[in-house]
Order: sequence, then structure tokens, then C-alpha cells
Amino acid sequence: MNKVYDKIFKYSLQIIVIIFCVFPFYYSVMTSLEGSSAVFEPNFFPTEINPKNYNYLLFEHNFPQTILNSLFVATVTVSISITISYFAAWSLSRVNFKGRSMFLFVILAISMFPQIAVLTGMYQLFLNFKDFYFNIFDLRVKGVTSLLWLCFTYTMFNIPFTVWVLTTFMKGVPKEIEEAAIVDGASSFLILRKIFLPIMTPAIFTTAIMAMIAVWNEFLFALTFTATNSDRTITVGIALINGTIEYEVPWGSIMAASVIVTVPLVIITLLLQGRIMSGLTAGSIKG
Amino acid sequence: MADININTVNKYFGDVHVIKDVSLDIKSQSFTVLVGPSGCGKSTMLRMIAGLEDINSGTISIDGQVVNDLPPKQRNIAMVFQSYALYPHMTVFDNMAFGLKLEKRSKDEINERVNEAARILQIEDYLQRKPKQLSGGQRQRVAIGRAITRKPKVFLFDEPLSNLDAALRVQMRVELAKLHNELEATMIYVTHDQTEAMTLADDIVVLDTGIVSQKGSPLELYDRPNNMFVGGFIGSPKMNFISSKILSKSSDATEVDIMGMSKISVSKMSASSSEGDSVTLGIRPEHLIVNGDADGSWESKVFVVEKLGDVTYLYLEKDGEPLVAETEGHSEIKVGDTVKVGFPAGRCQLFDSSGQAFK
Repeated sequence: MNKVYDKIFKYSLQIIVIIFCVFPFYYSVMTSLEGSSAVFEPNFFPTEINPKNYNYLLFEHNFPQTILNSLFVATVTVSISITISYFAAWSLSRVNFKGRSMFLFVILAISMFPQIAVLTGMYQLFLNFKDFYFNIFDLRVKGVTSLLWLCFTYTMFNIPFTVWVLTTFMKGVPKEIEEAAIVDGASSFLILRKIFLPIMTPAIFTTAIMAMIAVWNEFLFALTFTATNSDRTITVGIALINGTIEYEVPWGSIMAASVIVTVPLVIITLLLQGRIMSGLTAGSIKG
Repeated sequence: MADININTVNKYFGDVHVIKDVSLDIKSQSFTVLVGPSGCGKSTMLRMIAGLEDINSGTISIDGQVVNDLPPKQRNIAMVFQSYALYPHMTVFDNMAFGLKLEKRSKDEINERVNEAARILQIEDYLQRKPKQLSGGQRQRVAIGRAITRKPKVFLFDEPLSNLDAALRVQMRVELAKLHNELEATMIYVTHDQTEAMTLADDIVVLDTGIVSQKGSPLELYDRPNNMFVGGFIGSPKMNFISSKILSKSSDATEVDIMGMSKISVSKMSASSSEGDSVTLGIRPEHLIVNGDADGSWESKVFVVEKLGDVTYLYLEKDGEPLVAETEGHSEIKVGDTVKVGFPAGRCQLFDSSGQAFK
């Protein structure tokens, strides 16, 4: 009998956690599929399936533009920060230099810096950057300025985090593998490319996804540094969706937008979850 | 041909002096085993020869060429690591071919050499597998194969068998000995297992806290240890050490007492010793004669009997410390019995108070 109770207890806990986590998402999916009036009826199952919110966002609104903007910023930011931190992680985990642990702690300290603390300074820099940028490039491409600046600030805020995580992962790769490669005659760069890169791939994916989610969800900088509708990122885009009249909150459209931006993340995570953290060095060393 | 000469080499890790003025000559095509307890510097020695560890002073030369500042790949060595250190994302074939590919060998040559190594090590069937699909013994073979394919002048082994189970270890030990005969290369082998050292080595180098305690053939070390450390380290069970006193000295022998019970005259001398000095008498369990006559003898109660089938070990009480004696496998002696152990003078070692052996 005890076993049965155990099972009931285990499963009910799981069900509670799942409901707690998934229900808000379920409700937003449901709301996004309902027409304007049905939204305000509390219910657990959709009373109608109506794609009008999606139609509105995708074909009548500049929402697709914000998605593209976010994708651009996320891709640029993640690729730059992962590339830089991959090399940084190698030197921080493998090369002995004075003040290495000090350096790591400074990195950790920086990653704890609140965004809001640097916001005013960043804005000033942004204005200067804009001036500089306008002087060099044609005004016709100025729409990109904000996005480039976002890439820059996000990279800055992401690198401490990605460096820290990748360093930890790289420290976990047995030193002997590297030494075996050295004895085999491989240079440091070759080791990074041919030995560490394949071994670290799952770790890099994990870190990249976490960085990507952070960029995707960032709001404060995105709101501060973007001025026109054409260079908004999705978070700001959703926040600025407005109704037909001033006092109407267009819940349906907002929920549809949330679903549109969440689904890619869920898909990416599900697709890559096999690669995430799957045994880094299985079979390489004893055991 | 690849003699290795190590000349007054020193190594510090921070403030810790791990290798102290070590000089060693390792003959070409010999199998040299570095043994010693953990932390004696044996792995560091090997890594310094490999070029994975810098040396602070002295020179290391391979084949007459000083290699202090050469990177590992220019030293013509290959190393097998304790933890195998296979590349987990590559197949067995690629693992073994990696070094050759870096040397930009032709495809045919790579194929030929890898297949040759695989044949020697009997891993031809696994060439397309990944390391994680192999057992411990197979992985270790791949690690050795990776070394063989490059045809180095010097093979360095860092405790290669210590992760294998006992049966496999014996099997691999035999294969390593065979391999050494086949390849005719210089091999340096680090282990803390004295059975491996005794069975594989042409020469054993016993290291103790960064100093070469003794270098010699296995039987030389067994029969004539230079000091108490080597005496105690080589041989299993350990050599018995008995505190004693010099009773008298003659021109070719030293007479000592055996725990106040009898006297024995050992034909070993030390110029610096004199009558009344305390010395340590060393004798191996297998040389003690149980219930038989010898040059000197001693009696005690047995408090543990270990029957191993081929031999029986008797643990006798000696000032609170056990003295181990070996007797035949089917011994009738039981716990609590009193036995007489005989000391054959020819098998006794004498060590002075600083642990140095009498000659």
C-alpha cells in the first residue's frame, strides 16, 4: 500500500508543478485564439478558434519587423559573445597567468551589475555613438543604429555570463586529453578547433541558448535605445501594442504576440535538448 | 637508438622542491620503470621527459640532443596516460590517426600504420567505434595504439594499467612486455605497483621524495637494497625491520642481536659503524625459516594466519608491530601457537640509523 501512496504523492506533486508552470502559457494561447469579447469570459477551454489576432499581428501590424529585429540582435550578440568567450574560457581554464582567479571574480562581479545602474551612462554613450555613426554612414541606414547599439550593449552584458559558464565547462574537460593532443603534435589553436570544439559543443549550445533567451527577453535597454517603430525588438513591440481606443488593452493581440515569440524558444530548446549537456566527454577517460 | 640522459634536473612547483638534482641514464631500447609512493615525483619526471612540464635547472637529452626547450612533438616521444585520454568525439581509427594526420602523412601510410597497430593490439574490429562504446581494457589498447602508430623513439607510460581490474592488468602487463620486444623502442614506465615494476623492468628506478633512491635491475634491488626505503618498497609482503644493536665487529662480519633472544653474524660491513650502535635488521618474510634451524632464531606467538593456498603468512607479535613470516601453503600452524623463526645470515640486511645499507 505504501508504494501506491508514494506514487500518488509523487504524481500529484508533478501535476501541481506542471499546472503551475504551464497554465499561464496555456491561458495565453487560448486567449490569443479568442475574439475580442470572448477574451473577457473566464473559461478553461476556448469557446471559439479565431485567428484574427494572428492575422492582425502578422499582416496589418509591424510585428514581423520586430521579430526580425530581435532575431538580428540575438544572432549577432550570441555569435560574438560565444566566439569571444570560447577563447577567453580556454585561457581562463588552461593558461596559467598571474591574477587568473582575480580576473574570474571580476568577471563574476561584472555580471552581477544591475542594468539600471549603467543606463544613464549608456544612453550618453549611445548619443555619441549615433553622432559618430551618422557622420560615417548615409542617413538612409540610420534605422540600424539602435539595433547595432543594442548588439553592443547586450554583448557587453552577456560576455561575463558566457565566459563564466564556458570556463566552468572547459575546466571539466580532462587536462590529459589536451596533453595527449600536445604530444600528438597539435598546436593550441588546432586543439581548440579539433579537440575542444567538438567536446564542448553541447556546452556551447547550452550557453548559447541561455544567452539567446536573455537577449530575446531583454526589455530595459531595448526600450531606452529604440525610438521608432521600425527598430523595436519584440519585448518593446509587445508592450507598445495598443488598442483601437486609448483605454482598451488588446489582450488578444498581446497574447498572440507572446505566443509567437515564445514558440521559437520552446522549439529551439526542445530540438536541442538532446545536445544540451549530453555527456561531455563520455568514453574519453576511465569508467 | 634513443638514449635518454637526465643531468642534475631540478623542478619546483611554487616553493615545493619536487625533483632534487636527479641524474639518470636510460639505455636505448631498455624498459625502465620509475616506482615510488604517491608524491615521490615519478609522474613529474615522466612529464618532464615528455615536455609537458618545464624543468627549472639541469638538462634532459634524448639521443644526444638536449630537449629542454623543445615542444613534445619535436622530441619523438609518445605518451600513454593513466586515464587513457582518448578523443571522445573521434572513432578509434581517428584517435590513432590523429598524430599522423598532423604530421601530414599520406592516406595510405596512415591506413597502413593504424591497421598495423590495430593488428598488434587486436583491436581491428573496433576501429569504427567511439571510445564510449569500448570497455576499459579496449580503451587502454587504443591509447597504446595511438602511441604505436607514430613510431616514436621513446614510449612514456604514466600508470597505464592502474584503472584496469586485476585480471586485465595481468594480461595487459604480459602484452606490454611482448610489445616491448616487438617494437624495440625505449620505454619509460611509471607505476606505484611494484609487481609491475619487477615483472616488466630491465631497470627499476626507485624514487623517494624527489631523489633517486636506487637504480638497478629488479633482482639487484630485491637482493641488495641500498637503503631501508628501497628494502621496504620492493617486495610484497614488505621486508621485516627489526631494531637491533651491534654486539661486535670483525674484519668481514657484523654481529647483531635478535630481540635479545639470539645473536647472528651477518657478513656485511659498514666502516662508520661501531660496537653498541643501533642498527636495523631487515629480512624478507619469504627468507624466514619457520620452525627450522638457522644462524639465529626467535620465538613468538602467532596472532594472525593468512592462508593464500600456495603460501601461508604468519603474523608474529614483535614489540606491538607484526613480523611476517612465510611458510608452506598447507601449514598446520594455528593462531595462538608459538613458533620459532630462523634467520639465515646470508639473507639478512643491515641498515644504519640513517637507513643506509651495510655492504
